[in-house]
Amino acid sequence: MKVSYYPGCSLHGTAKEYDQSVKAVSKALGIELSEVEDWSCCGATSAHSTNFKLSVALPARNLAAVEAGPQKEVMVPCAACFNRFKSTQYYLGHNEALKREIEGVIGRPYRGDAEVLHPLGIFHDRVGLEGLASRVVKKLTGLKPVSYYGCLLLRPPEACRFEDYENPYMLDGILTALGAEVKMWSYKTDCCGGSLTISRTDIVGRLVDKLMTMAREAGANCVVTACPVCMANLDTRAGENVRLPVFYFTELMALAFGLAGPADWFKLHNTDPTPLMGGLGLV
Amino acid sequence: MKTFLEEVNERIGGVPIQRCYHCRKCTAGCPLAFAMEYNPNRVIKMIQMGMKDEVLNSSTIWLCASCETCITRCPNEVDIARMMDVLREMAIREGRTVKEKNILAFHQAFLNSIRSRGRINEPFMMVDYKLKSGDLFSDMGLGINMFMKGKLALISPKTRDLGAVKTIFEKTRNL
Repeated sequence: MKVSYYPGCSLHGTAKEYDQSVKAVSKALGIELSEVEDWSCCGATSAHSTNFKLSVALPARNLAAVEAGPQKEVMVPCAACFNRFKSTQYYLGHNEALKREIEGVIGRPYRGDAEVLHPLGIFHDRVGLEGLASRVVKKLTGLKPVSYYGCLLLRPPEACRFEDYENPYMLDGILTALGAEVKMWSYKTDCCGGSLTISRTDIVGRLVDKLMTMAREAGANCVVTACPVCMANLDTRAGENVRLPVFYFTELMALAFGLAGPADWFKLHNTDPTPLMGGLGLV
Repeated sequence: MKTFLEEVNERIGGVPIQRCYHCRKCTAGCPLAFAMEYNPNRVIKMIQMGMKDEVLNSSTIWLCASCETCITRCPNEVDIARMMDVLREMAIREGRTVKEKNILAFHQAFLNSIRSRGRINEPFMMVDYKLKSGDLFSDMGLGINMFMKGKLALISPKTRDLGAVKTIFEKTRNL
């Protein structure tokens, strides 16, 4: 399978272990990635919070680049980029006049036929849980994660059209296939505070502490996410008495598949996962 | 002259917000409601009552984190998340005094980075934010820690066709 790849800004910076682990896992599963030609930022929360037209024009430029490229399917691992791409397709797909206006802004045609995919969906639906389980060489025995989706992959459901938006299950399925003992909890889709992390750290600290407290109450020994914003907040903003190690789901896939990289990626985390993983004999 | 309600509805371009019957599902599910000046459903009522100054000068519109829980659960499909975007946009256009200055400073620093590089360079964006907000010393330890781990790249690739990105900013400035 060949797909376009839109890393987005985070995956080239603070989320580089996500970029590296997505690439490693994709390669192992025979998924060939080709980076979107000369991509630019999706605009994220800051664009749509301040300027609607800008917030659809920035993703439209990238979607037009995907449409002009060899692969019409694009893998977008960052939940924020995924959300902005899906929202843009929704707005431009429902408003012909706006679509024409935005084509004028970006100075190139936009058709709206790029298929925006998240790696969770690709791994879960295309490879399948049995296919993933058959690749496992090191079962994640003793790992008790809660799966944490946050907001941006799922909401608003009309635009994201991803999976069950109140009780999503793909991440749980994948982690179970890797041999982890996934814990059930009611906070899968609660918000971590997102971009307020810089400007209102106090609020984000409060939200993250609640998530960590609830994860512990569910019996979890770690939290697994598919979003660089959630990762940054959970990994750096939790209080010392409640914090748990946090992983990108692709880091754990790579670990279970016996791929090179996880030990180096774990060193990049703020909350050191090595005591937990060492104790379980996983690194 | 348009009323505040008409102006907000026009900008949202979806379901008129007066469909709200105040079931308060939005407020009950809002993760930021505890920190807000006015609850989300109360903002709707205030818009209907023409309380433009109170709404556009409030902290509520800036504290909304755009988690979209409200629109997901609203039985009447009132797009409250989009409404908050519209209100922020109006507050900026009217040059209002922003109650949560640092939140706007963050958005401006973020967009500045896109305008000048096509992409976000996290260290440069943070320096810009700190100069704008005056909040110079928070997260210093965390920043140094991340830098030492090689997570903050001072040099990162830019979008080559920066002209195209700048044009997008120019053309959407007054739309």
